[in-house]
Amino acid sequence: MTAPSYNSMFIGVGNPFRSDDGVGTAIVGRLRGEIPPGVKVQEESGDGTELLEAWRGVDSVILVDAVLSGAPPGTIHRLDAQAEKLPTWFSHSSTHAFGVAEAIELARVMGDLPARLIVYGIEGLDFSAGTELSPEVAEVVPTAANLILQEILHLPAVQSAHTP
Amino acid sequence: MNAKSLKVDFLARVEGEGGFRLKVKDNHVKEVKLNIFEPPRFFEAFLRGRKFTEAPDITARICGICPIAYQMSACHAAEDAFGAKPDGAIRELRRLIYCGEWIESHALHIYLLHAPDFLGYEDAIQMAKDHPDAVQRGLRLKKIGNAVMTLVGGREIHPINIRVGGFYKAPSKPQLQSLEEDLKWARDAAVETARWVATFTFPDFQRDYEFVALRHPSEYPLNEGRLVSNKGLDIPISEYEQHFAEEHVQHSNALHSALQERSSYFVGPLARYNLNFEKLSPLAQDTAKRSGLGRECRNPFQGILVRAIETVYACDEALRIISVYTSPDRPAMEMTPRVGTGHGCTEAPRGILYHKYSFDERGLILSAKIVPPTSQNQKIIEEDLTEFVSTRLHLPNDRLQWQCEQAVRNYDPCISCATHFLKVRIDRE
Repeated sequence: MTAPSYNSMFIGVGNPFRSDDGVGTAIVGRLRGEIPPGVKVQEESGDGTELLEAWRGVDSVILVDAVLSGAPPGTIHRLDAQAEKLPTWFSHSSTHAFGVAEAIELARVMGDLPARLIVYGIEGLDFSAGTELSPEVAEVVPTAANLILQEILHLPAVQSAHTP
Repeated sequence: MNAKSLKVDFLARVEGEGGFRLKVKDNHVKEVKLNIFEPPRFFEAFLRGRKFTEAPDITARICGICPIAYQMSACHAAEDAFGAKPDGAIRELRRLIYCGEWIESHALHIYLLHAPDFLGYEDAIQMAKDHPDAVQRGLRLKKIGNAVMTLVGGREIHPINIRVGGFYKAPSKPQLQSLEEDLKWARDAAVETARWVATFTFPDFQRDYEFVALRHPSEYPLNEGRLVSNKGLDIPISEYEQHFAEEHVQHSNALHSALQERSSYFVGPLARYNLNFEKLSPLAQDTAKRSGLGRECRNPFQGILVRAIETVYACDEALRIISVYTSPDRPAMEMTPRVGTGHGCTEAPRGILYHKYSFDERGLILSAKIVPPTSQNQKIIEEDLTEFVSTRLHLPNDRLQWQCEQAVRNYDPCISCATHFLKVRIDRE
């Protein structure tokens, strides 16, 4: 249980057996090989406490997850968790869950938020059991992946590592 | 006419997701319906035609909170079909990784999901503002459970080291010993958890439940045992389907499980505790007594306390296993597939998880059946709500809704086995 030595991290959250819930891990899959070596890449199932552990000691975190806000499927949301509280629709909150939004707000209360935490939410349509993304969601995966990659490449730590 | 409808919708736009709904008329509860969406049906179909070796990894995907339970039930079922019975260090490692899952799952439920109900907070985030030390303790406890799963299972989410027959790689003794210091802290923290939870106020509520759990002659049940109840059930797990029926109910996608002779039954920590108290470690028994728990407990709201006692036990048991462990000669038994049917039933953190598979001569899955604990508790939850709400109809909507949710949370219904997005809304007519 040693602290990660990375100061930048990219986390894809989701369950690929819950249809559009798998969009976060699909984007991780697409970006593997393109993420600079100094950035740790991790897949998470959506258990919020795992996230608290995953980003402990990391300065910059970019996270992507499926969301359901009522926007058209495939909408790409971008939120700066340091600047604003996550909207309630980001929450998978329930009689049971402690998910991404809960982890972020708990970290905020306890003073454990990473210095930079950018959250991408991809609007899903179908969260029932299944292994395929909805067409509307699958269609935006390349765009979302590219946006996220550009954001990762412009992280301060990544930029300085690539400055000759 | 005094009709009241309390409808708690879990984001109605999502097809097939869950919710619960109460109908009240003339100060009587007319109807309680709990909807639970259940992925196992999909997985049962998905598994057909796949090799036996894939079952543990695929079914582990059903639940991000209790993947070990799914892997263990799947492994045991396949081994049962092929006439194999791994023992010695492999059996001990399986108990060890299951202890890790109980610790992490119980810590999550106690600290982040259920304690806020008892202390009057909307959620753990609000609770953390006033009780940061408690939340930190819960998080560290959970992390130690995860560390056990990671070390034995290779990864904490969807562990990759588990296979039918045993493990891909067995940890060394020094590797396991590296967990000891943390587990000793966790054991103390679990005792402290019980002390803390025992100070909560529990609604005075109990019913004459039929508790169902595994029972093993010499140990608190995790992987093996006979299925027993406090009302006379005592069967090998292979007879599960002769005694338990799944009923399709119209208001839910899920199948409700019921005992054929007597209807509803209660699985999970309270059932295990009532049926196996004498198999708990001395420290766990002592902690129960000091927490004011008797040998029996019929109040589902005290399930949070029983989870704390089981966490003490899981830490104790993990430390015992590590102290006597010697690496197995081989990390897994060789499996020779054959035509047949196998049964697996293990104690997931929330209760018994039953798997049944039929295989052809190559070990391909011909049929699969998976019954998760949440669907088995569904009837009990509905009955609890009916009785619980009847005495609280005078409460305003928000208060009533809160208490209903607290009553549902007694059973720790699993997000993955049950619902994914649960948003709450109340309509009164």
